[in-house]
Amino acid sequence: MTVNHSVTANQTAAVADGTAFEQVSALGNSTFPRLFLQHCAVRPDAPAIREKDLGIWQTRTWRDLRGEVEALAGGLLSIGFQRGANLALVGENRPRLYAAMIAIQSLGGVPVPVYSDAQASEIVYVFQNAEIAFAIVEDQEQVDKMLEVRAGHAGLAHIVYDDPRGLRNYDEAALLSYDKLLELGRQYASANPGFLQAQIDEGSPDDVAAMFYTSGTTGSPKGVIHTFRNLISVSVVTSQSEGLDASDRLLAYLPMAWIGQNIFSYVQWLINGFTVHCPESQATVTADMRDIGPTYYFAPPRVYEALLTQVTIRMEDAASFKRKMYAYFMELAKRVGGKILDGDGSVSVADRLKYAIGNVLVYGPLRNVLGMSNIKLSYTAGEAIGPDLFVFYRSLGINLKQLYGSTETAVWVCVQPNGQVSAETVGPPVRGVELKIAESGEVLVRSPGLLREYYKNPEATAEVKDAQGWYRTGDAGYLDQRGHLKIIDRAKDVGKLANGALFAPKYIENKLKFFPFIKEAVVFGADRDRAMAFLNFDMEACGNWAERRNISYTGYVDLATRPEVVDLLRGCVEQVNADLAADPVMASSQINRFIVLSKALDADDEEMTRTGKVKRRFIATKYGTLVEAMYDGKSEQFLETQVRFEDGRVGMVSATLKIQDAKVVSPDAVKRAA
Amino acid sequence: MNNKKIGDVILDLKGISLSFGGVKALSDISFDVREHEVRAIIGPNGAGKSSMLNVINGVYSPQQGEITFRGKHFHKMSSRQVAEMGVARTFQSLALFKGMSVLDNIMSGRNLKMKTGVLAQMLHFGPAAREENEQREYVEKIIDFLEIQSYRKTPVGRLPYGLQKRVDLGRALAMEPSLLLLDEPMAGMNVEEKQDMSRFILDVNDEFGTTIVLIEHDMSVVMDISDRVVVLDYGKKIGDGVPDEVRNNPDVISAYLGVAH
Repeated sequence: MTVNHSVTANQTAAVADGTAFEQVSALGNSTFPRLFLQHCAVRPDAPAIREKDLGIWQTRTWRDLRGEVEALAGGLLSIGFQRGANLALVGENRPRLYAAMIAIQSLGGVPVPVYSDAQASEIVYVFQNAEIAFAIVEDQEQVDKMLEVRAGHAGLAHIVYDDPRGLRNYDEAALLSYDKLLELGRQYASANPGFLQAQIDEGSPDDVAAMFYTSGTTGSPKGVIHTFRNLISVSVVTSQSEGLDASDRLLAYLPMAWIGQNIFSYVQWLINGFTVHCPESQATVTADMRDIGPTYYFAPPRVYEALLTQVTIRMEDAASFKRKMYAYFMELAKRVGGKILDGDGSVSVADRLKYAIGNVLVYGPLRNVLGMSNIKLSYTAGEAIGPDLFVFYRSLGINLKQLYGSTETAVWVCVQPNGQVSAETVGPPVRGVELKIAESGEVLVRSPGLLREYYKNPEATAEVKDAQGWYRTGDAGYLDQRGHLKIIDRAKDVGKLANGALFAPKYIENKLKFFPFIKEAVVFGADRDRAMAFLNFDMEACGNWAERRNISYTGYVDLATRPEVVDLLRGCVEQVNADLAADPVMASSQINRFIVLSKALDADDEEMTRTGKVKRRFIATKYGTLVEAMYDGKSEQFLETQVRFEDGRVGMVSATLKIQDAKVVSPDAVKRAA
Repeated sequence: MNNKKIGDVILDLKGISLSFGGVKALSDISFDVREHEVRAIIGPNGAGKSSMLNVINGVYSPQQGEITFRGKHFHKMSSRQVAEMGVARTFQSLALFKGMSVLDNIMSGRNLKMKTGVLAQMLHFGPAAREENEQREYVEKIIDFLEIQSYRKTPVGRLPYGLQKRVDLGRALAMEPSLLLLDEPMAGMNVEEKQDMSRFILDVNDEFGTTIVLIEHDMSVVMDISDRVVVLDYGKKIGDGVPDEVRNNPDVISAYLGVAH
């Protein structure tokens, strides 16, 4: 019997007749401090949170944590913390910062988690905007940053630090150690018995629970305000539908300031009462994964990709027998592993038997090395995940799923239910969440988890949330036949082809980039009759490929013009075309012609952002002659471009680029075949 | 911000001369080291810096001169004696057990603190097991301090050079020294590694109050982290004082940059 069930049972009866929205909203009828006290009462000696310190996993039980929270709350009151005040938390995942979150919320304060790797100049705005007077930070690095912030925001009066190392000689009056705060709090608690319960009783589900600042690509960051109800309601639904309970284990290793980590390791932690683990340091996460064997895991696609690369490299170095065994069983897994995980009955007994053998010889040990032996639920989100990558993990028997959401929606918008998982979609909406696709293709969301507002910014709130409570996600997408949402691009980047069909360049570019041979792709076609592409090949992958085929080459430019390489890339493009043709919404966006660029797109030439995203508009202007040549049907085009060398000098490079044709599949052909 | 207290002289060297056959490595060198300070010995190649450290450390016995350490006079010191008196050192060319893990390497620095016998340790018997746990806890604190948790079980030989240097420092710290001798702790490091190492040295000095004597090539690093600097050239002392004094000392400038004729 988990705590969330008792919360649920009380509420469902009362609103049995309401809509899904209201039912789910009613599930959020609690606060984190109240949920916390329930766990302390129901399972006082169960482990609440563990941290690896001095090489040993140190456990805090719910009872231990309660003592710490009480002392912290008392300490904060004795240094003048007031109900409703905002408090900044700066640091990695640490039990003490988790305890601090509960303590702050118990006192009716609002925790504002701040990215610990941000520079002082980046966060000083947040401190000014939220009028933050109190900060609880991890260590000397953060203290130094806070002192810097104080130069721009004198109101920061109290800085509490956890790790005293290096701070011995700091004599600023604002500084207070965490241990000293606990000591003050214990004195306060003995003078005011029962104060914590009284403080918690004052809170209500519709109070502000926490504030998350979103980076915002333009303008200043905005504080996203969530109430307890916002955060708890939808998370209760997903905890139930995904079968989380008190026995689960989670490794909290992403920043607390990111709402995802907060939902997984704080919100769902207090709903379900499972055990959260804090890694020893960022560098030990993989080893700590192996120690813990988490049952519940989240990582962005790049982490899964890095793990797979490691495995692949290690396998290439393995002895020939092992390599062959790996190749054989991975082939089998690719064919049947995903189906077995989905409970598909069509897999033959012979294949099941072979898969079971593979499980003993390959899949099991591999899962163990990845620290994923006990995974019952693992999510990925944030960006598109390559189908090969996705299939790899699922075929090993790891239940990797996609979800969709953002800071403003308290994460949960869509989740793939077990057995209905694919690399293409992000699943159907969570119960209580309503979806609508706007005329422009933009996805609109209405959910009990939706932000209440942006902090002190009614204009920004009005921009994204209308009077009926529909929130504009800024993402373009559509619902497929099964009612699963498919996200294709940012709404502002989505255009239309001349024939009126939806044109989502990034979606197609991602599809192209999933091939290891293609490093970058830029697709054109908005307001044109057909789609065209620029390709950058991947030097490492293509170079290797060429060497294995004894194709000699002198360098990047040479390789770019090799007919073998061009044909290799053409194959990739045509496969993408076939894929697009199968999708009625995207069939018109197939790539008719492409150019393999003789120069890698580079941030130094302003062709990409520093974070590695292509600047489509800039490229379209810079290489305008090439784009026109493709549409004019020419077979080659002379081009002179400016390049910036690493030492900052600027030079001109000229080349005659061949324009390649790619086969296009007619959608009718696909239909006939199907 | 830094208001650490520099104490009395704990190590005093008077008139030290050392020669190998006809080669005079050190001639008539005197200087002292005060408690809790960071004392640097600098000089061009072949100036006698490492020889100086080896004299303090008891590896070389000077032909002349007297060493006073914590009130005791010595003509020469033995390495074991030195270690037992709380002096630890790191080496320019690392002296680590390459095949052993980081943890075991640092544990080896606890050797002097272990009281149980070899046999009991091998059998991991009663008091020996308890003792190992206690020692391990101290070693874990050092691992945490040096931020090398993720390499705990990695064989040292597989680590990059900068990290090996850090392990070497860790092993020296495991002896809980009151005086730490560092032989070119930043040799062969890149800028970032140098910054990290500087921070660790200052932290050791600050957190544990350890007195530090270091030899270094890189002038800028030395000037930033040292309280006082001794300058050697061809086995002679040509300067001694706080970094600013030394920097403006004409003899030092000519030793480093050559003299205009």
